[in-house]
Amino acid sequence: MNLTLKIWRQKNAKDKGKMVEYPISGIDGDMSFLEMLDVLNEELIEKGDEPVAFDHDCREGICGMCSLYINGEAHGPDRLVTTCQLHMRKFKDGETIYIEPFRANAFPVVKDLVVDRSSFDRIQHAGGYISVNTSGNTQDANSIPIEKEKADAAFNAAACIGCGACVATCKNSSAMLFVSAKVSQYALLPQGEVEAKDRVLNMVHQMDLEGFGNCTNTGACEVECPKGISLENIARMNREYIKASMSK
Amino acid sequence: MSILDSKIPNGPIADKWTNYKNKINLVNPANKRLIDVIVVGTGLAGGSAAATLAELGYNVKAFCFQDSPRRAHSIAAQGGINAAKNYQGDGDSTHRLFYDTVKGGDYRSREANVYRLAEVSANIIDQCVAQGVPFARDYGGLLDNRSFGGVLVSRTFYAKGQTGQQLLLGAYSAMNRQIGRGKIKMYNRHEMLDVVKVGGKARGIIARNLVTGEIERHSAHAVVLATGGYGNVFFLSTNAMGSNVTAAWKAHKRGAFFANPCYTQIHPTCIPVSGDHQSKLTLMSESLRNDGRIWVPKKQEDAEAIRTGKMKPTQLAEEDRDYYLERRYPAFGNLVPRDVASRAAKERCDAGFGVNKTGEAVYLDFASAIQRYGKEQAHVKGLDENDKNLIIELGRDVVKTKYGNLFQMYEKIVDENPYETPMMIYPAVHYTMGGIWVDYNLMTTVEGLYAIGEANFSDHGANRLGASALMQGLADGYFVLPYTIGDYLSQDIRTGAIPTDSPEFEEAEKTVRDQIEFFINNNGTKTVDHFHKRLGKVMWNKVGMSRNEKGLSEAIKEIKEIREEFWKDVRVPGTADGFNSELAKAGRVADFLELGELFAKDALERSESCGGHFREESVELDGEQKGEAKRDDENFTYVAAWEYKGEPSDAVVHKEKLVYENIELKQRSYK
Repeated sequence: MNLTLKIWRQKNAKDKGKMVEYPISGIDGDMSFLEMLDVLNEELIEKGDEPVAFDHDCREGICGMCSLYINGEAHGPDRLVTTCQLHMRKFKDGETIYIEPFRANAFPVVKDLVVDRSSFDRIQHAGGYISVNTSGNTQDANSIPIEKEKADAAFNAAACIGCGACVATCKNSSAMLFVSAKVSQYALLPQGEVEAKDRVLNMVHQMDLEGFGNCTNTGACEVECPKGISLENIARMNREYIKASMSK
Repeated sequence: MSILDSKIPNGPIADKWTNYKNKINLVNPANKRLIDVIVVGTGLAGGSAAATLAELGYNVKAFCFQDSPRRAHSIAAQGGINAAKNYQGDGDSTHRLFYDTVKGGDYRSREANVYRLAEVSANIIDQCVAQGVPFARDYGGLLDNRSFGGVLVSRTFYAKGQTGQQLLLGAYSAMNRQIGRGKIKMYNRHEMLDVVKVGGKARGIIARNLVTGEIERHSAHAVVLATGGYGNVFFLSTNAMGSNVTAAWKAHKRGAFFANPCYTQIHPTCIPVSGDHQSKLTLMSESLRNDGRIWVPKKQEDAEAIRTGKMKPTQLAEEDRDYYLERRYPAFGNLVPRDVASRAAKERCDAGFGVNKTGEAVYLDFASAIQRYGKEQAHVKGLDENDKNLIIELGRDVVKTKYGNLFQMYEKIVDENPYETPMMIYPAVHYTMGGIWVDYNLMTTVEGLYAIGEANFSDHGANRLGASALMQGLADGYFVLPYTIGDYLSQDIRTGAIPTDSPEFEEAEKTVRDQIEFFINNNGTKTVDHFHKRLGKVMWNKVGMSRNEKGLSEAIKEIKEIREEFWKDVRVPGTADGFNSELAKAGRVADFLELGELFAKDALERSESCGGHFREESVELDGEQKGEAKRDDENFTYVAAWEYKGEPSDAVVHKEKLVYENIELKQRSYK
């Protein structure tokens, strides 16, 4: 198929940036979206132009490195997939596709479609862990049985890949879905209980410092999340936060 | 006498590690604060090592090329992690895990290292649960297990099809705690481009900041490489796009011997290549072989009809299907080890029985499993066992709960519903058992330079068993390296910080800068990917699943030619002083082009077949094992460790003899 791409080009963080149009032809429906961009980049390099910079690594939907805001949707029109798993068969011949970076104040553009998501890491540094040293003599893994339902719920929260689609989608650029997924994973497990109060307070504090917006419960994040992280996590984090604030 | 000293402790195998730990030198807590360690790579091995070393009190600097340590490719491991916990009471033990790993590796791994791995495996599960890793549990609240290929017990712990992700996020959380405390200084989007040796010891690295383009000098008392495998030398593999050999190769050039480069694991169940645009291949977990049956049509004309779309696989009668693994290996059937399953698929496709457009695919069919589970469910629920539609519906539900996420991934990529029509699969490059040679301490042949995880060579021999890569990465990082590196660092308590203004740092930085300058100014006509794809084709066709003397000799010549052309004609756009993916890629492909030749040379010298390395000249000629791989223990029970001497063709091999005192060498039989 033949397509028209309108892609955000921005030299570096200081550059103003603009949309640039590129026609592309001979695209196969079996290509992934990123393979389509590979084709474009090979053409650009051969012409002596600079290729479009975009983040990607595993290309199987789990590392969370790829991003892209495609036709106004984080990770494009398909559901429960990242951009690397989005295939061109989802588009029609002759279509115009708008490709932009994930936009948020807390995700500054590095170049073209690449953004800096280190704010997510810093939130995790503030409390996204259980304080246990490596010793080789922690208690036996089966010494605390955990209800299957709770273990499964903790897993579902822990499945977050940290891509930032929730922030890019949210009209407030809120990171609540991301932060609440981590808070929930540990809040649901007995191992996480000891530090639960400090964890939620510290992580939320850091989230605010990074400049993410607030949650107004529109639920857009849940719709666009490639891993189906549930809005229930935000409710759970709010409960944890209130509990912690009252007892501190 | 070989110059390689594996430093295996004396004594019975079960006591070696304990005795070793009792005798090593320790560093007191106050002195640890005076010692710096660099860890390159933040996957399971690097992440766990960085966190543990920081907990112990060392000053750690950690590096990754991704935008966050959480993205390292360990995250993509699906199936599970082995540990000799014996929670199922099915006869598992440290010895049995040790035995299975050595046998699975086709008797080409080092006994003492493998035993230690099995010994610490149980600690890994305890540690991860304490960190909050949400492993799958049964209704009683205890941990669940599943089975993997090539073993007779259930020892694999898992978290749906995302075990690697959960374990990596566990290690990442342990790192985060230390980053928060200031004990780890994290360098994201940094690529290591050289090792710096001072006075013969590894004392630092040269790294490039991938955002600003700055070349940086970093010093430390020891350097740990946890930089993964080199499967991307094939261009197409299940590795991440960024996975590369550069760190390992630069270390090789600085004196670290490279062991068994030809040992590659080709995983049997991957989604087949769909066209020339393909950038990477996607794995379908080995766990699918618990329930899926692998087949191709019995008759070539049927295969032809399927390839051209005139016939659907579901229309082919049962008696016209060839379940070739069940036919050839009745004892293990569809659960033979990976190397065996991959070769059998290639054999059928080469003979003209492949089932997709390219002729390079076989079926993985769940229809029998759906029937079996459906009938079981109908029986349990007291429903009509003869209602065909009901049986299928009930059976699909069971398959969905077991493999739902994998089926969804398949459907997204291939655009076919695997509940209705069999999956198409084909082998793909997945893991490299070869890597940097290390001794029992995990130290390379460069003093103070360590290699852990997939980057080293020691534990998997010529073939790795499923769910053992995660085990090895975490064993090295959490439980082995933190002891062995302490013994070495105990001599450095009075050394003080290593300065970065020495001539050695100067020289290493200049080497790095020169290469970058060269690429930017080369003004060639072909892209980096052009050369990488050509290299990959040669590797796959002549150094892939099946190798012979003629093909390997040709490959060596062809790779050299591609390399020469690359240096003359590669085009790298943009500048050196900013974000430039093509520049990063060019450096990686330059190293793959050297490694590829050494890889082929190693495969040529090893004229036996063993594990993932199959030489067509070395097969059983008659008897029950006719046509199977034939090892040559008399001449090849050794590790081939290559020393860098300039061109790959000049590399010199050093042999570490493998001694088996606890396990008897036998032919692997899965018949």
